[in-house]
Amino acid sequence: MAAAVIRVDYPSLLPISRLDLPTEDLGFAGAELATQDNLTTGQFLGQDYVTQTVAVPPEEAQAAFDRLVAEGTRIVVVQARREELLAFADAAPEGMLLLNARATDEALRSEECRANVLHVAPSDRMMTDALAQFLIWKRWGDWFLIHGSHPEDRALAEAYEASAEKFGARIRETREFADTGGARVADTGHVLVQRQIPVFTQDARRHDVVVAADASDVFAPYLPFQTWDAAPVVGAAGLRPVTWHAAHEAWGATQMQNRFEELAGRPMREEDYLAWLALRVVGESVTRTGSADPQAIRNYALGPDFELAAFKGQPVTFRDWNGQLRQPVLLTDGRITVSVSPQDGFLHEVSPLDTLGLDRPESRCTAFGGGQE
Amino acid sequence: MIRTTLAALLLSAAAWPAQANKVFISNERGNTVTVLDSETWEVIAEFPAGNRPRGITISPDGTELYVCASDDDTVRVFDPNTYEELHTLPSGPDPELFVLHPSGNPLYIANEDDNLVTVTDVETHQILAEIPVGVEPEGMGISPDGAVVVNTSETTNMAHFIDTQTFEITQNTLVDQRPRFAQFTEDGSLLYVSSEIGGTVSVIDPASGEILHKIVFEVPGVQPELLQPVGVRVTQDGRRVFVALGPSNRVAVIDGETWEVLDYLLVGQRVWQLAFTPDEKFLITTNGNSNDVSIIDVAAEEVILSVPVGQQPWGVVVAPD
Repeated sequence: MAAAVIRVDYPSLLPISRLDLPTEDLGFAGAELATQDNLTTGQFLGQDYVTQTVAVPPEEAQAAFDRLVAEGTRIVVVQARREELLAFADAAPEGMLLLNARATDEALRSEECRANVLHVAPSDRMMTDALAQFLIWKRWGDWFLIHGSHPEDRALAEAYEASAEKFGARIRETREFADTGGARVADTGHVLVQRQIPVFTQDARRHDVVVAADASDVFAPYLPFQTWDAAPVVGAAGLRPVTWHAAHEAWGATQMQNRFEELAGRPMREEDYLAWLALRVVGESVTRTGSADPQAIRNYALGPDFELAAFKGQPVTFRDWNGQLRQPVLLTDGRITVSVSPQDGFLHEVSPLDTLGLDRPESRCTAFGGGQE
Repeated sequence: MIRTTLAALLLSAAAWPAQANKVFISNERGNTVTVLDSETWEVIAEFPAGNRPRGITISPDGTELYVCASDDDTVRVFDPNTYEELHTLPSGPDPELFVLHPSGNPLYIANEDDNLVTVTDVETHQILAEIPVGVEPEGMGISPDGAVVVNTSETTNMAHFIDTQTFEITQNTLVDQRPRFAQFTEDGSLLYVSSEIGGTVSVIDPASGEILHKIVFEVPGVQPELLQPVGVRVTQDGRRVFVALGPSNRVAVIDGETWEVLDYLLVGQRVWQLAFTPDEKFLITTNGNSNDVSIIDVAAEEVILSVPVGQQPWGVVVAPD
């Protein structure tokens, strides 16, 4: 079973926190662990796994993808944004399978869905719904929404607005934090931050929490403890919805962390987890079906028998109407797992996991033979 | 005065058909072992047991207590009477669960982080073999005749059957997600394997490796995702199977012939492992999140008591008579 991971490295500034500095092997180390896991299982079944990894800047992405296709690779895990993912999906030959392990856009699960793409990465709405459920459970229903000035930030803000409406929270105030460039904490930047943020957040209508919609890592980490009112920060800082974090221990995750750290010599990040998850979806399907055919893998993954243990306390499965992996979402303060959504009491006729993100009636995806009913 | 004492002695003897046994509970987060008295159900001792003690078992003659000190990468051996550490055994890294050969030697240990089963001689303290198995090995069961050890691998999702003479894997059975525990019946005719995330217990014919039946669980008002089977114990006559159901806080009682679930007993929070007293009158459950153990009256199929123990109780073993 030959697969590839393609990671598109977009030009960006350094992260606000040096704990988030990118690593050369980001995502790839997770892929390596999954391949080792798959190989260990495969040795009992006579199945072999090979995974190659490719990191490219966006302008070379399509050429790199085309090269993989020309070499005969038919299963590719994609760590890229929407634009590149869609270009790959539309250029892929018949019978190829892509697994989205990064792009969170709702449209990719709705009007822009593609039959040859399975989404291992959760969508924005899955993450914002996960956080919203927790806030509702806490009875913190009045939100002060602060979003960035980039299109992705505004899209994330819309996801929070939709989640608020879905679960009955009220957005009491919305403000935009303009990215004017250069606001970094290096040297004595914190002095400025300590003066700016209280002023920026002053005189907001009464709220329980500050919700930070910052997809670009421009301002959210500056908010906790610096807001005018003594409200907790959630979203892109404070309490964050994540697919993984290095302190997660429950449901056997400690073993996963140990294995990863031994392999990579650093803590496991979301990018690694998603690459691991994507290749484990492939491995589990190969194990159960005995076939390495991408279509057989896709069909099994979307079928009723597929389930996968992913260190989240319940099996993860796919929504067969848009190819999205159902999954619990961790809520972390960066130190521990604070909670895991879906929360108790949020019910759904198919699975409590379907209370997170677009549900079938809302999706405009038709590529999976279903969609809006 | 003397007369009263005698009467009391006689009384206690009458109410004490079987002798009291010590019950040893490993506390994963407390780094201790709690000792209970199976007659009074009182805590009689708690002693340090190394870092992250999980799997726990005792020699058939009751002279050596074995504890997987997972974060110390060793098996610690204690005197069950003095609670002194006698020595350690090489276990391979991150030992989680193990099973002792019915004769008392050797010990078969699952190394969760290294995809190995380590076989350790408890007398010579030598490693006899390291057997590569699937990813995250955990459950360990041994056939009553000692010929076959079964290991379950949590991420590979297999029960691996290992020949104890050759240390070779003879067959693999794919089961549901995250198999945690393997338990043979006393006559060796059946093997029960629990799948925590799959939510099932597979009943396997050990001769062929075929799955005969999958037991599923359902409790009205409880999310199916919470019904996570872990520890399994079977009565000696094979007629009752008890399955710990993790965060649903219940132990399932199953008919060992029809595999029908007869009842769900409410115990403490996040129940994982189980152990009978030697007379099978009681079943003890470790409840990791409520820091206690529940005592089940096996004949009545009722929970009679819960006893606070150390922090995050994981495993339990009862000393032989």
